[in-house]
Amino acid sequence: MSADPVNTRDRPTLRRLAAVPAGCRGLTEPLIEWLIRICGWSAILFVAAIFFFVLREAAPMLFGKLDLVEFFTSTDWQPTSEVRQRYGILALLVGTLHVSLLAMAIAVPLGLGAAVYISEFSRGRTRETLKITIELLAAIPSIVWGFIAYMVLGPLIIRVTGAPVGVNLFNGSVVLALMSVPIIVSVGEDALKAVPDAYREAALAMGASRWEVIVRVLFPAAKNGLLAAVLLGIGRAIGETMAVLMATGHAVLIPRSLFDPVRTLTATIASELGEAVKGGDHYRVLFVIGLVLFAVTFVVNFVADVVVKGVGSERRA
Amino acid sequence: MVATTDPHIEIRDLRVRYGTHEALAGVSLTIPRGVIFGIIGPANSGKTTLLKCINRTIEFVAGTQVSGQVLVDGTDVFDVRNVYELRRRVGMVFPLPVGLPLSVYENVAYAPRRAGIRDRSTLDEIVERSLRQAMLWDEVKDRLNLLGTRLSGGQQQRLTLARSLSLEPEILCLDEFSIAIDPVTTMKIEDILRELKHRTTIVLVTNLVQQARRLADHTAFFSASQLIEVGDTESVFTRPRQRLTERYVMGDLG
Repeated sequence: MSADPVNTRDRPTLRRLAAVPAGCRGLTEPLIEWLIRICGWSAILFVAAIFFFVLREAAPMLFGKLDLVEFFTSTDWQPTSEVRQRYGILALLVGTLHVSLLAMAIAVPLGLGAAVYISEFSRGRTRETLKITIELLAAIPSIVWGFIAYMVLGPLIIRVTGAPVGVNLFNGSVVLALMSVPIIVSVGEDALKAVPDAYREAALAMGASRWEVIVRVLFPAAKNGLLAAVLLGIGRAIGETMAVLMATGHAVLIPRSLFDPVRTLTATIASELGEAVKGGDHYRVLFVIGLVLFAVTFVVNFVADVVVKGVGSERRA
Repeated sequence: MVATTDPHIEIRDLRVRYGTHEALAGVSLTIPRGVIFGIIGPANSGKTTLLKCINRTIEFVAGTQVSGQVLVDGTDVFDVRNVYELRRRVGMVFPLPVGLPLSVYENVAYAPRRAGIRDRSTLDEIVERSLRQAMLWDEVKDRLNLLGTRLSGGQQQRLTLARSLSLEPEILCLDEFSIAIDPVTTMKIEDILRELKHRTTIVLVTNLVQQARRLADHTAFFSASQLIEVGDTESVFTRPRQRLTERYVMGDLG
């Protein structure tokens, strides 16, 4: 039997507790308000600062001698050629999109399925075990994933499909998918959990099956959260560097099959920035690629935002 | 008032436990066809539990043990294979309004669609009829595409009612249906219920003793997980056989 914590305090403490808010309210409240305000605005500040930094490094090339048409339409990436450097990122862009899309095609159904299972079908110990394991999966460093892709998945792909190299588009997508799944599962599960039980009961009480409840009631009710889950997954897939560097084969070409090696934008920056001469053309082009990545993520977020608002307002009219 | 002798629901020695708490301690009760059957009693007396057994929504509560029988038309609901079909026949309105996150139209069309009705004009008819019966049609007829969750509390409660009427259930279980509805609208819905009872047996759980008195043909009084008294409403209210019943209906208790 433990006593009420308030009653166990001595009188002076109690008086002090009561006195603090009353005495300092004039000062504490605005201070806290400002602190919180700074926290909120800092997000915008950081994004702006990062953007400014990347733009500053990229600007001399971006507004200078970089041929933007060639940049976006050529697959010729020869940044270290001694005769003539060529900066065509089409293959890298296509590589990034392919790997990300394929990864999402695997991760979204798998992740949402797992979220539905954990939230709606599993109970007690099974649920706890699953949640802990999935959180553990999210905590695996990306270099370890790259290692698994290189040492385990690669040879496996060669053995099963007879592909000439094991590190390729397929390998990269699978690894990225596995990395995105934990995020999609935990955010998606939270979104489903947030749907009031009353919805489930009401629908079930009308004779709906559990599957009908999930598709017709839970998904519409949790759509914003589920979309956020998918978006975070996409963000991870597009932004991931280390694992894809090791898993995709790093060859600059537009893939013709699932088992062709590819190269992504992020992996290019990671592998070449260290060798590029600071302030040189190559160095600056890598920052232009950074801007492209920035733009891609921005567009994805913007589209998602519009979709969320669109889905919401359609029925409100 | 002529009570029909045709039993629609027969409850035999129904016992329900939630873990260690006994919610119903062996209740037997017969509900005739085509009546409004009122159930009154203080909180935690097992009224809602009894209601939930009729369409087996009791199964949503984890760790529940049920024994005994609930016969609907002679068939024990706990033996029913197709529980979905049972729940379409036995409608249920919970006390808190639940507008599903769908449009008003889809809220009402939800159960008919699940039951396989696809024809648009049939659905239109069902939606209009159900909304009219729930006294909601005039307020929402111009905005059937509005999200159900955006209606007011009272409107959502009537939406819930409309939804449960959409399949013309043979039994309708109402748990505190009027808790969020204003008195004038409540009276109108009560009129509708009086018309409905000729083809739908209505089981009405209510904390409003007067609502049971003016609406129910038969009334059962529950207290502490037990059925204390049951009979036609008039005699339960004017000549209660049990002291406890008398105190409750007089307003001395609960």
